Amino acid sequence: MLARNPSGLAQQVVTNKGTQTLRAAREGRMANDVAQKDDKLYWAEQMALVRDSQNRAAFAALYGHFAPRVKGFLMKSGADASLAEEVSQEVMATVWHKAHMFDPTRASVATWIFTIARNRKIDVLRKARRPEPEDLPWGPEEEPDQAEVMALQQESEQLGRALADLPAPQRELIQKAYFGDLTHSEIAAETGLPLGTIKSRIRLALERLRHAMK
Amino acid sequence: MERQINHHLTDEILMGYAAGALPEAFNLMVAAHLSLCDECRARLAAFEALGGEVLETECEFVSEMNPGSFDATMALIAGGPAEPAQRPARQTGSILPGPLQDYVGTDLSGVKWKPVGMGVKQAILPTGDGATARLLFIPAGAAMPDHGHHGTEMTMVLQGAFQDEDDYFARGDVEVAGSDTHHTPVADIHEDCICLAVTDAPLQFDGFVHKLVQRWARI
Repeated sequence: MLARNPSGLAQQVVTNKGTQTLRAAREGRMANDVAQKDDKLYWAEQMALVRDSQNRAAFAALYGHFAPRVKGFLMKSGADASLAEEVSQEVMATVWHKAHMFDPTRASVATWIFTIARNRKIDVLRKARRPEPEDLPWGPEEEPDQAEVMALQQESEQLGRALADLPAPQRELIQKAYFGDLTHSEIAAETGLPLGTIKSRIRLALERLRHAMK
Repeated sequence: MERQINHHLTDEILMGYAAGALPEAFNLMVAAHLSLCDECRARLAAFEALGGEVLETECEFVSEMNPGSFDATMALIAGGPAEPAQRPARQTGSILPGPLQDYVGTDLSGVKWKPVGMGVKQAILPTGDGATARLLFIPAGAAMPDHGHHGTEMTMVLQGAFQDEDDYFARGDVEVAGSDTHHTPVADIHEDCICLAVTDAPLQFDGFVHKLVQRWARI
């Protein structure tokens, strides 16, 4: 219950524990390894530092890695460079303000930031209402369990490798599905491939990814 | 406890929702279904994870931020978080999932039904371009007018049930019909059926009278 309504000393204790959990998780994994910036736990730890101590250096690291990716995503979605720059800054400001919402047992930092960027894309680029499902009865405030954090972040790395290992034609279609603001029919029109080919390639790609995640 | 849902959203639709590539009416269908279906919610999380990996690993899309960008963002942060948009409270226990209540304004009692013949009523919901969303009311035991499809149509049951040539659909079930589908759903005899239906193309009704109806009912 402390975690649900953090204040004062309770917050201090709870949030320090969060950072320690992540650090312990990472050190366990890093024992025979070198810290690398493509390491999911590294980014999760930077998020915890932003959340717990408004750590500017940790935020700068996140910014350097993710802001240019968000900008690229927005430009591929149809924003011009100046709008993409502006919205990317807003997305990263949201990352700071909502750091307490990031749950490393449910998403990698990349995934969490991707969903924020996607939502801003719908709000700003499409100027559309964005229907959202009902909230689940649980929130992200529970202190993350170290084993769960490890498991989720390692799964994310596994998914990243599986994506990189896809045959080029399948991987390109996955990219287009996420980074082109295109439906499958629109991808068909853009690439000149028959819709059936697009659908079967994406289906094959998803089968491979699912197989790799077993 | 919600019932077991047997007919789910497709990978294509969940992927499109994860990517933010669907028209608003389709997003409304997904949000309404996810409110009833934990299985699809978990599948969506996997598609969002894939989006995160595309964001992180596809380096060709990286676009450098402008000089001074970081300081500008820190100044933005110092201004405090944006005020969250106020959303009217959602009712629990309604047959309308929360996201649909947002579009109707209130609960089922606030729906402005328009008759479209044979006892069938509809209410078109205000969504943006690219697809339309409407609530359908089909009296118990009544048939929907026979119609073919262009594009994609999804129908989710909110109350009652309906049967088509192949399957039975009850609360939370989504029927996905493509342009090759030509069917005549019939509402279950036990209760009036209320559905959410979305389509990215106008429905094509057979027959002269239905063509006329279609012209002014915007089916």
